[in-house]
Amino acid sequence: MKLALRELRRQPGRFAAAGMILTLIALLLMFLGGLLDGLIRSSTGAVRALDADVLVFSSSAENAFLRSRVEPALRATVDAVDGVEQTAGIGVLQLGARMPDSGPRELLDIALFGTELPPRSDGALPAEGEVLADESLRQRGVTEGMVLELGPGRSPVTVVGFTTDTSYLGQAALWTGPQTWREVLGENRPDQLLGPDVFQALLVRLTPGSDAAAVAERIDEATGAATASLTVVAAADTLPGVQEQQATFNQIIGVTVTIAIVVVALFFALLTIERAGLYGVLKAIGAESRSLFGGLVLQAVVLTTLSCSIAAVAAVGLDLAIPPGSVPLRISALRLITSLVYLLVAAVVGCAFSLRRVLRVDPASAIGSSS
Amino acid sequence: MNEQDEFDGDRFDGDESVDHAPAPDQAPALIMEKARKVYPMADSEVVALDDADIVVEADEMVALVGPSGSGKTTLCSIAGGILSPTSGRVVVGGVDISTFGPKQLTRVRRELVGFVFQSVNLVPFLTARENLLVVDELGRRTGAPARRRADQLLEELGLADRAKNLPGQLSGGQRQRVAIGRALMNDPKLVLFDEPTSALDTKLGMAVMELIRDEMKSRGIAAIVVTHDERITQFCDRSVHMEDGKVL
Ligand SMILES: Nc1ncnc2c1ncn2[C@@H]1O[C@H](COP(=O)(O)OP(=O)(O)O)[C@@H](O)[C@H]1O
Ligand SMILES: [Mg+2]
Repeated sequence: MKLALRELRRQPGRFAAAGMILTLIALLLMFLGGLLDGLIRSSTGAVRALDADVLVFSSSAENAFLRSRVEPALRATVDAVDGVEQTAGIGVLQLGARMPDSGPRELLDIALFGTELPPRSDGALPAEGEVLADESLRQRGVTEGMVLELGPGRSPVTVVGFTTDTSYLGQAALWTGPQTWREVLGENRPDQLLGPDVFQALLVRLTPGSDAAAVAERIDEATGAATASLTVVAAADTLPGVQEQQATFNQIIGVTVTIAIVVVALFFALLTIERAGLYGVLKAIGAESRSLFGGLVLQAVVLTTLSCSIAAVAAVGLDLAIPPGSVPLRISALRLITSLVYLLVAAVVGCAFSLRRVLRVDPASAIGSSS
Repeated sequence: MNEQDEFDGDRFDGDESVDHAPAPDQAPALIMEKARKVYPMADSEVVALDDADIVVEADEMVALVGPSGSGKTTLCSIAGGILSPTSGRVVVGGVDISTFGPKQLTRVRRELVGFVFQSVNLVPFLTARENLLVVDELGRRTGAPARRRADQLLEELGLADRAKNLPGQLSGGQRQRVAIGRALMNDPKLVLFDEPTSALDTKLGMAVMELIRDEMKSRGIAAIVVTHDERITQFCDRSVHMEDGKVL
């Protein structure tokens, strides 16, 4: 073991090529992971920010706000379900927002949420004609006090504050009360206008100690399957595109990890062939195959950890260098650690391909082969 | 199994004496009785060692002489636990290793014998001193005593000022001396030298042999020195001749 570490320290040049490739692979892995995290975050932020436990859609809606309608009578049924403490109406409208003094085609993609409960418990619901804006809009030039004109109807709303991590399907959310939302809906999508007290969906808060999934089931039972309820956590995953993005990226990440396995396997296989003579001598003087192989794995693990450290610094640098809002890259500590763990597993698996060769080195090869 | 039991102990020999004076009644370093090694070939077989009998006393230094292919290396490999005999009895330092498996033989090599190979096989990225200490790192580490032992050996071998040099920075004779030091690190019962001077010129070879003799005799360690150079034999207590796998 000590021998393996010394070799790394004394002959770093031997490991430089493999280290460089592993660093690039690690960086790719962190970048891909960061991109996935960023995309998912910008898709699901608003739903995750909902200050409720269960989300109730009408059953025909397939979990989409736009197709969902909840009438007051249905809401009353939900209110009566055991475990439901409070319900709140919610609806969303996706449109373009125009900043003052901007050109007619310079539109910000926004999602206007009208809700009876403010996102997260910290904020209060803004007054009529006012909105809280997702922080990403700040980078686009939106400031507090600015009046945005929404949609073709140019409905004016005033930004009175900002919320963090509340994007909806890649669009920045604006949060307002039901009244303003209904007005904007009427001015821009008269066809979708909902009657007073009709919402697209319901937010449900539970009585303390209730289980969200169980209550969701009871709600659907109570409404005779007129509703399709799911926990807010589950709702984030069912948003359109989220699972597809996850699947696609995870496939690419899987391929990248496989490449890392191949790189480690090839590199250490070559190294093992090169070292056959040395291994023979070490075995002849009493080294166990186990410790020789352990040294090999240790080298791979140290090399991978070093490569990942360099890649992590590069990834964070990349994150800082990329202008905010251009690429939805999100480099989190969890993602960096996950990438390290993937590559460590790849390193150990890659080394396993050399196990047989290490075991097979014959100590007799050290003695008298040239006589 | 009896051999199995002996492995439960700390070391094969049990008592770890610091001074190396041999006890008068000490067991022979090597007993070989009818040791045979046969290599099966495609349509025949090669008898590399043909019922060899040899006894090397605890502090004896034996020259093993014979033409190329006579089985000298094979005999040493079996005596040192690198090869298993096809049949026959092999007792090293009082431990019968005839039926040992690979794992037990690894321990024999680590604890009972020392090797100095024909081609000098030092670890290229370790200094002279570290090449000696590798031996300590193979088994249960002793740390400070091993470092003291390494320093003392380097001193005795005239390498004190070369302790921090890599093998690449040493001359052939110096490298051979480091290899001798490495073979002595585990305080072996028997050291096996396979043509230790074949890569050195005559003068240097004689100097290395003198050193080997001094080291073995001062420590009371037994040695087998394989050679086909008759001049080497004068440094040994006696010569044993081999031919066609037989000890003559
Ligand atoms: N691994 C092996 N496979 C087949 N034959 C071998 C092997 N090792 C040695 N031999 C044969 O055994 C005989 C003795 O070899 P060796 O002990 O190396 O002789 P020496 O060291 O005296 O030159 C030789 O005929 C050699 O060819
Ligand atoms: Mg030989």
